[in-house]
Amino acid sequence: MSELETFRAEARAWLEENCPAEMRTPAKGDEDVCWGGRNFVFQSDAQKLWLERCVAKGYTVPDWPKAYGGAGLSPQETKVLRQEMAKLGCRSPLNSFGIWMLGPALLKFGTEEQKVHYMGQIARGEIRWCQGYSEPGSGSDLVSMQTFGEDKGDHWVVNGQKIWTSYADKADWIFCLVRTDKTNKYQGISFLLFDMETPGVTTKPIKLISGNSPFCETFFDNVVVPKHQIVGELNRGWDVAKYLLGHEREMISGMGGDGGVTSIGAAMKAVLSEEPVLRAQMALFDVENLTFRAHGERFMDEWKTGKAHPAYSNLMKYVGTELNKKRNELVMSIGGTQALEWESERSNGGSKARNWLRTKANSIEGGTSEVMLNVVSKRILEMPGA
Amino acid sequence: MAMTLNDDQNMLRESARDFMASEAPVTHFRKFRDMGCKDGFSHGLWKQFAEMGFTGILIPEAEGGMGMGQIEAGIVLEEIGRNLSPSPFLTTSVAAVEALKLADKAMRDRWFPGILAGETVIGIAIEEGVKHRPEKIACVAERSGNGFKLTGHKQFVVQGTSSDMLIVAARTAGAVGETDGLTLFAVDKDAAGLSMEAARLVDSAMAAHVKLDGVHVNADAVIGDVDGGWAVLSKMLDAGRVGAAAEMVGVGTGAMDMTFDYLKTRKQFDRVIGEFQALQHRAAHLYGEMEGARSIVLKAQSLMDEGHAKAELYVAAAKAKAGLACNLAVREGVQMHGGIGMTDEYDIGLYMKRDRGLNEFFGDAYYHADRVATMNGY
Repeated sequence: MSELETFRAEARAWLEENCPAEMRTPAKGDEDVCWGGRNFVFQSDAQKLWLERCVAKGYTVPDWPKAYGGAGLSPQETKVLRQEMAKLGCRSPLNSFGIWMLGPALLKFGTEEQKVHYMGQIARGEIRWCQGYSEPGSGSDLVSMQTFGEDKGDHWVVNGQKIWTSYADKADWIFCLVRTDKTNKYQGISFLLFDMETPGVTTKPIKLISGNSPFCETFFDNVVVPKHQIVGELNRGWDVAKYLLGHEREMISGMGGDGGVTSIGAAMKAVLSEEPVLRAQMALFDVENLTFRAHGERFMDEWKTGKAHPAYSNLMKYVGTELNKKRNELVMSIGGTQALEWESERSNGGSKARNWLRTKANSIEGGTSEVMLNVVSKRILEMPGA
Repeated sequence: MAMTLNDDQNMLRESARDFMASEAPVTHFRKFRDMGCKDGFSHGLWKQFAEMGFTGILIPEAEGGMGMGQIEAGIVLEEIGRNLSPSPFLTTSVAAVEALKLADKAMRDRWFPGILAGETVIGIAIEEGVKHRPEKIACVAERSGNGFKLTGHKQFVVQGTSSDMLIVAARTAGAVGETDGLTLFAVDKDAAGLSMEAARLVDSAMAAHVKLDGVHVNADAVIGDVDGGWAVLSKMLDAGRVGAAAEMVGVGTGAMDMTFDYLKTRKQFDRVIGEFQALQHRAAHLYGEMEGARSIVLKAQSLMDEGHAKAELYVAAAKAKAGLACNLAVREGVQMHGGIGMTDEYDIGLYMKRDRGLNEFFGDAYYHADRVATMNGY
């Protein structure tokens, strides 16, 4: 048996023994997802136990180094672990912007002390992070942001406003882009970390078309941030931000429990068999979906071996989010009038309609589809012009 | 397996790329088209393919071939597609070889040496209607003497009149529409009662309409099991489908690269047209489609090489996606070239024609999307 197959057998045995039965059933909604953090309330003992066991094994962040709370697995081993988790239907023990976004940036730009401290907290699910990037006047043109940190010797005093801060009202800390030099657009931004309980930080949820409020406006009124809470160099936060966005986009290709290859068509057979044109749309969607999963797998393999173009995640973000929107359009069409229900128990509180509306943000947040196409065109295809 | 090519595969890609670009570029295709060649390809080039080892790429090493898989065959096909290199590689070295690998030793010994030498061409006689419907095969094979008597017609038999042997699917039992009861036969080109009419296609390939008028074959002409031909047929068709998909990745990429170069050089309104965002977004979208096609084709090839249970699903998805993406590439290619894209002098139109042929080969995107739906349970 190859080393990887030995690892597969070990991982499988560990999962069989340690993943509680309840954690092998699909999460019914966001309330079943463990986000960790100071204020998180576990929904069940099984959820708590599953997190604790994964933390002890380093499996909340299997590919991070052991010194920072991970299991030190190779990319191949991590892939195998995820495959085995998918086979058993294991839920993710911990979802977190810390894992997906901040962690990789800390690993590349953080000091040793920051890595041990912050990455350890993320791995253990102790601190829930939110991301302070967009501002009311700075969406696609993010670099025009104005939130300012005034230099006060051993600390900055931050004033300004962020918007579209995901779960800011539930987060413990924020990683935040703050202008530290007003004379230099790109090289005048710093990447700061601070506690959301710091005096002067307030949040206000934004109600969306889905009726839910996953995003907030976040206000900073003379917020004191100690100097050691900067990641990377002063005024070079844009480099960190770009790297982190790359990771955010990369994550999109890894979404979905079984890698997302299972068709949603079989469960809707009764409707599809009487709607030939809709069935045809679903069939073409399945072709695109299988394609995207294979594309994501290839991209990850190339990314991990350094063969992927550095801007390639922009392409995956574009393709993946457009596909997800298409999926939800089909779910709504197949669901028909029942999918219109907004509150009933029958409709699980209008989950189809709410998810459908939520996905419309996919091609806006983290860089719009149009910006992604600009980047692909200029950086990968090397098309001329500004 | 990892979804990246290994060192050996990268080396094969380089040699196939160099070979096609120098020995069989688009000018080679034009030459044979313009002379009205009855075969539509060069026998000399086919021999060169053999010298490179390409013709026996899927033939087991023990029988003189390279013993490689669909990924490697696909690498050669992508370069064929990129250069529009005309050859019997897809039908003979990919589809026919996969069928013959399931034949008995005597038949393999009869046909493999000629394929390895680049002397033999094999035609695939499956289609009977204008669309790919293998289960609807109506051509009949009745028991007769020590063998069978074949009656019926076939069409879209690529390079049929250049072939030394035709692989003919016929019904030995069951009703039209059933997958049981089919049998595959190796029919010699000189068999009595076999007649062919060659037709030139839009992409200048030659394909034959075949008439089988009581053609007698001996029992040893059967490939695989009598009445159980669907297993051999499926293997042959899937190899041909994933191969055609790989060739379309080459055709689409060739058309796309040519178009992107044009966007970077053509000037209008005092600007290179590639500066226009309206074209940039379409270019970036097309690139994403082709990258997706490349990925699903590689996935399908690797699952076939592993003998994975899901290979059939992925082959269908790959043929569908490669067809859709390549078709987009050639349509955008002609449109973005503008007026000169409509001229015979420019190559982009040749890619559009080749795409059309490959899309129809062994089932188009809609046929395969329908199969994906069926395999996915709806």
